[in-house]
Amino acid sequence: MFDTLDPVLLARIQFAFTISFHIIFPAFTIGLASWLAVLEWRWLKTGNAIYAEIYRMWVKIFAVAFGMGVVSGIVMSFQFGTNWSVFADKSGNVLGPLLGYEVLTAFFLEASFLGVMLFGWNRVSPRMHFAATVIVACGTLISAFWILSANSWMQTPQGFRLGDDGLLYPTDWLAVVFNPSFPYRFAHMIVATYLTTAFVVGGIGAFYLWRRKHEKHARVMLGMAMIMAVFVAPTQLLLGDLHGLNTLKHQPAKVAAMEGLWETQRGAPLVLFGWPDQEAQTTRYAIEIPKLSSLILTHDLEGEVKGLKEWPRDEQPPVAWVFWSFRVMVGIGMLMILTGVMALVLHLRKRLFSTPWFQYWCMALTPSGFIAVLAGWFVTEIGRQPYIIYGVMRTAEAASPVGSQPIALSLAAFVVTYGVVFGAGVYYIARLIAKGPAAEETVYGDHGVPKPPLVAPRLTKKGGRHV
Amino acid sequence: MFSLEPFLDLPLIWYSLIIIAVLLYVILDGFDLGVGILFPFAPSDTCRDRMMNSIAPFWDGNETWLVLGGGGLFAAFPLAYAILMPALYIPVTLMLLGLIFRGVAFEFRFKAESSRRIWDYAFHFGSLLATLMQGMILGAVVQGIDVEGRSFAGGSFDWINAYSVMTGIALIFGYALLGSTWLVMKTEDATQDWARKSASYVLGYVGLFLGIVSVSMPLMKASIRELWFSLPNVFFLLPIPLLTAALFVLIWRDLHTGREYRPFFMSIGVFLMGYLGLGISLWPWLVPHQVTYHQAAAAPESQSLLLVGTAIMLPVVLAYTAYCYYVFRGKASHESAY
Ligand code: HDD
Ligand code: HEM
Ligand code: HEM
Repeated sequence: MFDTLDPVLLARIQFAFTISFHIIFPAFTIGLASWLAVLEWRWLKTGNAIYAEIYRMWVKIFAVAFGMGVVSGIVMSFQFGTNWSVFADKSGNVLGPLLGYEVLTAFFLEASFLGVMLFGWNRVSPRMHFAATVIVACGTLISAFWILSANSWMQTPQGFRLGDDGLLYPTDWLAVVFNPSFPYRFAHMIVATYLTTAFVVGGIGAFYLWRRKHEKHARVMLGMAMIMAVFVAPTQLLLGDLHGLNTLKHQPAKVAAMEGLWETQRGAPLVLFGWPDQEAQTTRYAIEIPKLSSLILTHDLEGEVKGLKEWPRDEQPPVAWVFWSFRVMVGIGMLMILTGVMALVLHLRKRLFSTPWFQYWCMALTPSGFIAVLAGWFVTEIGRQPYIIYGVMRTAEAASPVGSQPIALSLAAFVVTYGVVFGAGVYYIARLIAKGPAAEETVYGDHGVPKPPLVAPRLTKKGGRHV
Repeated sequence: MFSLEPFLDLPLIWYSLIIIAVLLYVILDGFDLGVGILFPFAPSDTCRDRMMNSIAPFWDGNETWLVLGGGGLFAAFPLAYAILMPALYIPVTLMLLGLIFRGVAFEFRFKAESSRRIWDYAFHFGSLLATLMQGMILGAVVQGIDVEGRSFAGGSFDWINAYSVMTGIALIFGYALLGSTWLVMKTEDATQDWARKSASYVLGYVGLFLGIVSVSMPLMKASIRELWFSLPNVFFLLPIPLLTAALFVLIWRDLHTGREYRPFFMSIGVFLMGYLGLGISLWPWLVPHQVTYHQAAAAPESQSLLLVGTAIMLPVVLAYTAYCYYVFRGKASHESAY
């Protein structure tokens, strides 16, 4: 039935679908874990119950998102073998240890202490609970470290040799782990997760303010989110620029695709918008700013920028995808910076929490981080095609000896499953948001006894609620 | 470059480590999958809440051993990983889908009101599917996989046959035994009584299936028959079936004399024995009768690097895993979570 479909194409669609689904959750949980640690720290420090109440609301949302991140992540770790077994065989010597370290140093840490973080309230001291939150937050960062190192190595491979048997062998581990694009990608990605989380939190805070519910909590949420927007969003522009310069050095074809430039030229214009046409090898209807590309990429008005025609057609990435995804990401980055500026102005006028149009604005930007993260990964990943390991191995050579049929069927199964799981997850998160932060419960357990005050949770240690 | 090759038999160490990781996975996720298998048969919703609470803090850590098993195989024996995964494409995918449904059920169930039943069943059928697939994967691998050069050369459906279905069902009962004895340990009152009854019921089936597997393995391959029944091997290996039989008797007695902890640990003992028997029969193959652990080994540099990390991190991981079990010691309640 599916025999006419190309198994490599199907495997690519399946990989792109499952990883895009997975990254949505880390993009949120990495930022949220760090933020929860900050909240709990503020609570322990000030004793202000507001922080604890916000923590308790968001930790539930965190748990849902984390659960979906875990199950979709487990799928990813098997995809290398099921869909890309030739790639796994050839690159195993180099990539295997990185992924192994990720499991050993990060996944166990996150998974074990998540239990304490979620269920340990009445079983460990507040300090130990705080420690668990911090450990989970660190775990997410460590896991990002390793997986981004692995991905960056696939983009800018070094520190290996090609054996006579066609397999890759490591020659220098430090060169493998700290490959040229890794520092940029790591910094850019971590900041991206912080921004994603900030705009979700800020959007929900704005929603409460607009509905005039939970206003005390909402001010903290929106306030903290806007601090991120003011300081971190511009940082992201800087990091992105550095990242792009690094890419220009190692993957110039990708940059040419981002810019939609076909001809190698001095004083290259910046194409703001246009329609890249790969058939005709040109960008139609281009709206350009003269010389700006050269200025951005070479920091010189007359610098030379390579165009896509430098590469034969079968070495060019699918340009339109890269071109448009890049604009979506940068566009959202600009909107985030603008949000920071507006927040600063409103704050100076003492109207940050009482300006309805700004509340709408923040609500509208709630999903922006997710879109930018996905768009960013599309730029990175599609822009490196046709290679799976840049310059070393083509994607088409990497696929498993599996027919179209099982891939097509499993792809369909993943789409259906993820659809159901995602729908349910979003629904439950929406319900948690609608419920909002609760003032600490006054009734404890099922005996109707008033709950001991939160500042002394030790008292309740023995009669814990769970397990 | 840094390598421990001159000093250590790296492939052997890694073979052992992978075996241990998979064993830990089977035991740890085994009991929480087992709880899922028994889930709908529990007498009341209160029982089900307790059952869920007894494993909620642990399931994620338990499943991470699967990631370590898979990731470790990729890292230490990429060739075996690259052959087995395409061969097991469908059962692995189905197992993952099962794990997805049961994993999210933990989070969704407590937040759901009207739709709680749906997640109860997602939890049950997810656990069931994942277990069935793991058992079938075992059955398929034991029977052998077609290999040509460095790749899998069989068909997509080679893994389905009567034997693998049998091992799949066997594992369902095996995990149910771990799950029910876990519940005997972690719950009280009605839930515990019910768990005790389930455990003794399941125990009989586990014995039956263990018998079938033990008889069929030597029948299937002459080399395995040779290994177990030639002199003097018989005498060295005889303790395994004898110990297993003794464990069955003890579990049965304990369940009827009201002991709470011992049945669980002795069920683990049964798994250990079965695993040992299997391990001895399959040594030194990673892909039975095709690829040994020596042939599949990654470059010594790669195995060395990861071994250093493992030597440091594995004890740490075990220590804080133990700490987490310690934090949640005692009986589970039916109160909804955090
Ligand atoms: C930048 C971050 C990032 C990226 C690019 C990826 N992941 Fe991920 N992954 C995480 C960040 C993360 C995380 C934050 O650590 C998660 C998210 C939720 C969670 O439980 O941990 C996680 C979970 C997670 C798990 C479950 C861990 C557990 O059992 O607790 C696995 C097996 C993977 N991932 C594997 C992968 C693979 C094979 C990827 C690439 C192909 C990948 N992840 C991309
Ligand atoms: C987490 C965010 C990520 C996203 C959203 C993402 C997205 C994508 C997309 C859209 C493609 C398809 C490109 C194409 O075929 O045109 C792709 C390819 C690929 N990516 Fe990623 N990726 C991510 C991270 C990673 C990581 C961390 C790795 C490995 C360590 C990785 C490995 C691959 C591989 C092996 C391919 C080639 C197969 C293919 O072309 O589909 N990706 N990715
Ligand atoms: C503000 C202006 C921004 C610039 C100039 C910029 C620049 C870049 C560039 C050049 C890449 C491609 C890297 C490569 O060649 O592989 C990239 C990737 C990426 N961007 Fe951005 N970016 C910006 C904003 C953002 C924002 C706001 C987010 C998310 C909140 C984001 C998330 C990502 C992600 C997830 C990737 C893929 C991973 C990586 O390669 O780092 N970016 N960005």
